[in-house]
Amino acid sequence: MKIDKRQRDGATILDLQGRITIGEGDVALREAVLAAVGEGATNILLNMGRVRSIDSSGVGELVAAYTTVTNRGGKLRLFSLPNRVLGVLEITQLITVLDILEDEDEAVASVA
Amino acid sequence: MPEPVQQTIRLSIGSRYENIELVKAVLDETLESLPIDEETGYWMGIALREALTNAIKHGNALDPEKKVDVCLAVGESGVDITVEDQGSGFDPGAVADPLAPDNLLKTEGRGIFYMRRFMDKIDYDFGAEGGTKVRLHKKFDASGGSAEANQGGANED
Repeated sequence: MKIDKRQRDGATILDLQGRITIGEGDVALREAVLAAVGEGATNILLNMGRVRSIDSSGVGELVAAYTTVTNRGGKLRLFSLPNRVLGVLEITQLITVLDILEDEDEAVASVA
Repeated sequence: MPEPVQQTIRLSIGSRYENIELVKAVLDETLESLPIDEETGYWMGIALREALTNAIKHGNALDPEKKVDVCLAVGESGVDITVEDQGSGFDPGAVADPLAPDNLLKTEGRGIFYMRRFMDKIDYDFGAEGGTKVRLHKKFDASGGSAEANQGGANED
């Protein structure tokens, strides 16, 4: 899992690339979100467009990231989800909880 | 596609997460010659990951001295994957429903749900002296794909 961080219009965007699976991407995602929060980021956008796969541990980390950010009064959004990643979130009804946007422009506008 | 070659592959791995990739690679290689479409194979891979994760994390409690035994058996009508740990077992009936409103934001507890969703059948055996064996079954489809494709999208690897 490779994660690049950038800023756009006051939002912190994390570009995720690879697998969010146990022992690999799940830890990297947790550390990246906690680091961004520690640096004062309140609006965090996860670019999922290059996520190849996710398992239950990765889903758990997305939930943890969501609660971490929202409990601090911030906003966490996911955008550009591949169909397979979206499918995993749909069948566990997490699309009713997590904030999922179509693309980056929409995600940035949602926290502006 | 020709009739699948019946075969059984057995692996024994230490309780480390990186070994999940080794088993997953063997599954991918095995599926290439079977009447299972790419989409179904992808979801089988996720189910296998969940079974291995449960065995390593919850069964063997990440004890590197404890082994996880895996068997991939290709039969006439489908594939059986068994994953056996050396833990103390658990009660499948006591596993919380991840779709219950109170559980939606929990960070754990979705692995078995995904296995059930992505495979045709799963069942458990518990050894008299400990150990949990989960068997995942996927049947072939007469049309050349699997009996049930689940989701759509891009490749994992």
